[in-house]
Amino acid sequence: MTSNSTLDRTDGRRPAARRGSPRPGRPRRGRGTGHRLTPYLLIAPAIILELLIHIVPMVVGVWMSFVGLTQAFIANWSTAPWEGLSAYRLALDFSSPIGNSFLHSFEVTCVYTVLVVGISWGFGMSAALVLHRNFRGRGLFRTLFLVPYAMPIYAGIMTWSFMLQRDNGLVNHVLKSLGVTGGDSFWLIGSNAFWSMVVVAVWRSWPFAFLMLLAGLQNIPDDVYDAAAVDGAGIWKQIRYITLPALRPVNLVMVLMLFLWTFNDFNTPFVLFGAQPPRSADIISIHIYGASFVNWNFGFGSAMSVLLLAFLLVVTGAYLLVFNRRSRRA
Amino acid sequence: MKRRLIPALAIVAMVAGTAACGSSSSGSSGTGGDSGSGSGTTLTYWASNQGSSIDVDKQVLGPELKKFEKQTGIKVDLQVIGWPDLLNKILAATSSGKGPDVLNIGNTWAPSLQATGAFLPFDANALQAIGGKDKFVPASFATGGVEGKDPTSVPLYSLVYGLYYNKKMFADAGLKPPTTWEELQSDARKLTDASKGVYGMAMEGGSYTEGVHFAFIFGQQHGADPFDAGGKADFTSPGMVAGVKQYVDLMSNKVVNPSSVQYKNGPEAPGDFAKGKAAMLMSQNNADNTLVADGMKTSDYGVVAIPAPAGKKDTASFVAGINMSIFKNTKHQDAALKFVKFMTSPAEQKILDVPFAALPVNAGATPNFTKNAAEAKTFQNILAERAVPLPLVADESQFETNVGNAVNQLIAQAATGKAPTSSDIKAALQQAQDKMASAG
Repeated sequence: MTSNSTLDRTDGRRPAARRGSPRPGRPRRGRGTGHRLTPYLLIAPAIILELLIHIVPMVVGVWMSFVGLTQAFIANWSTAPWEGLSAYRLALDFSSPIGNSFLHSFEVTCVYTVLVVGISWGFGMSAALVLHRNFRGRGLFRTLFLVPYAMPIYAGIMTWSFMLQRDNGLVNHVLKSLGVTGGDSFWLIGSNAFWSMVVVAVWRSWPFAFLMLLAGLQNIPDDVYDAAAVDGAGIWKQIRYITLPALRPVNLVMVLMLFLWTFNDFNTPFVLFGAQPPRSADIISIHIYGASFVNWNFGFGSAMSVLLLAFLLVVTGAYLLVFNRRSRRA
Repeated sequence: MKRRLIPALAIVAMVAGTAACGSSSSGSSGTGGDSGSGSGTTLTYWASNQGSSIDVDKQVLGPELKKFEKQTGIKVDLQVIGWPDLLNKILAATSSGKGPDVLNIGNTWAPSLQATGAFLPFDANALQAIGGKDKFVPASFATGGVEGKDPTSVPLYSLVYGLYYNKKMFADAGLKPPTTWEELQSDARKLTDASKGVYGMAMEGGSYTEGVHFAFIFGQQHGADPFDAGGKADFTSPGMVAGVKQYVDLMSNKVVNPSSVQYKNGPEAPGDFAKGKAAMLMSQNNADNTLVADGMKTSDYGVVAIPAPAGKKDTASFVAGINMSIFKNTKHQDAALKFVKFMTSPAEQKILDVPFAALPVNAGATPNFTKNAAEAKTFQNILAERAVPLPLVADESQFETNVGNAVNQLIAQAATGKAPTSSDIKAALQQAQDKMASAG
């Protein structure tokens, strides 16, 4: 049956081709236009969506940073007064309380990012190295380590916020039964809040590092290690001279992505602390959110966002420039 | 030429398609006649979450909206919105111009939202349409917007603070409910037994709204106003500092469970009180819902006005509650006014006040939110005689967040060891004030 219908179709096509033969130019021309159009048509939805979702709001955001868009004007944006650079001056005047808290928030974010990216990379690398080798139960560990990454972010962080409660929280309970503390520490206020946030962010981010590095490791041929072993290179030397250089392209992209995600992290502090986090955990995204949605000053919030964007662009540009040049040289 | 046109046309068609999707999905106001006064109109109504859950609210409001539809032929499309999302949704609706026809707001936001110009001012005609200004309790009506302008909201549910006390714990300790703040402090000390996890006072220490409420109420007791006559922030007056200290000292004096510094959602402090872990609770009257849900009988607790320090002004609350507003760009203004009239009518108030534990907003109405007559009377007296509105200035919402957050940080400091001194408090308030000044 199937073969019959195939035959029918094949048979049916031939006469059609023959029928088309009196005007040989036509099909070719159609194909040519199609060829030229196809790439545009294929890319058009992406470009349109990119414009609508990213570029247009970004341009609007930049415009907002130059106008005094406060509560008095949000119903009719066009009437908001042009304020030029005053919002930027306000944000960058570090002697004023507002500028000072912006600077503080920036500093906290830098420390937070360095710690989270650094520790996540360390964990990811160690786990990838261990699980790269073949042993019984490897699949189980691989799956287990990916759980935080697979979990919905909000659910994960909310669970942490329960665990970090003072009275009924698991963390205090464990610390008390181990005799480390009296079990009455606060983890979500004061300076501890910062460390809680770092722990939660590392928990969430390191599986990504692990996944990327594991994939990178799979691409290094075993022969290289065998040859190194024959030459008498120990495990540390192998890591130093084979694994790390081979993982360089992976690391380059991964560290950049982790950096950008962590620097812009909003979910972790928002779910842990709400819209007004403790001062120690006031990282930049939530700081901007506070200025915009809690204090209703969207112009100032946008100015800070634009500054953040500029900073991230400069850092990303410099990073790619430096490392790409070096890898080209290498 | 033709070939170039085709991709361009395709893109234009796609953009137009996307835009069309956007406009058709956001047109939520229904399709009525242009005046929107008659039957066949559909109103969109954003209700704030008043009961113990959003579903409860839907069940309570559903039959009433059906009743309204029967009376007027106007259908109401109800959306109950949780508190954490409500203000943001209102702001988004304000800035996009695509909002509901009628909505609930926290009454303390009224002046700030009035300043956006997005809400319909209740001028003489509009007030006439909803049954006149005189049908409202004057103190509640005054929360509708800044003084001297037509209000942009009218009261729907009224709430005030009171001091709940556990009758049995007080009787066992041989105490009577306090009449001065000093008595309250000494009672709280006597009733605290930290080793058993029992404290004199329950506190929602992480809630910035509670923080600013008490900063304001106690500041008023010390004769301080957070804004001067010209509407400028004045947070660091000795009275404001003393008021904040009065509240924070509860934590410094260890008559509050230190863990409650993390309470910020609403039901935690009433929960502690209902479970006998705290002997007193300063809360708005809708705490009744939570207390009963947590197993307390209305006869187990008494309510008195929150006392003032001896010789100070006896302000015991601010006028809390929920107001109703109409979006200015509604196509169904007449229908919306009819709906506001319906919701604020004595008959509906009588029905809604029970499940939502609210005081009536109608002048002369008897509270029926509790069967405990003494409690009802106490709250009614507080609203009538000892409650003042929060500052009716456009910067009110910034006052709430900046001062409330400062109070939370001070309570956190008190809970983790170092009791804030008056100068610490003044510095924190100064910072809040500076932020307002430079942000404005």
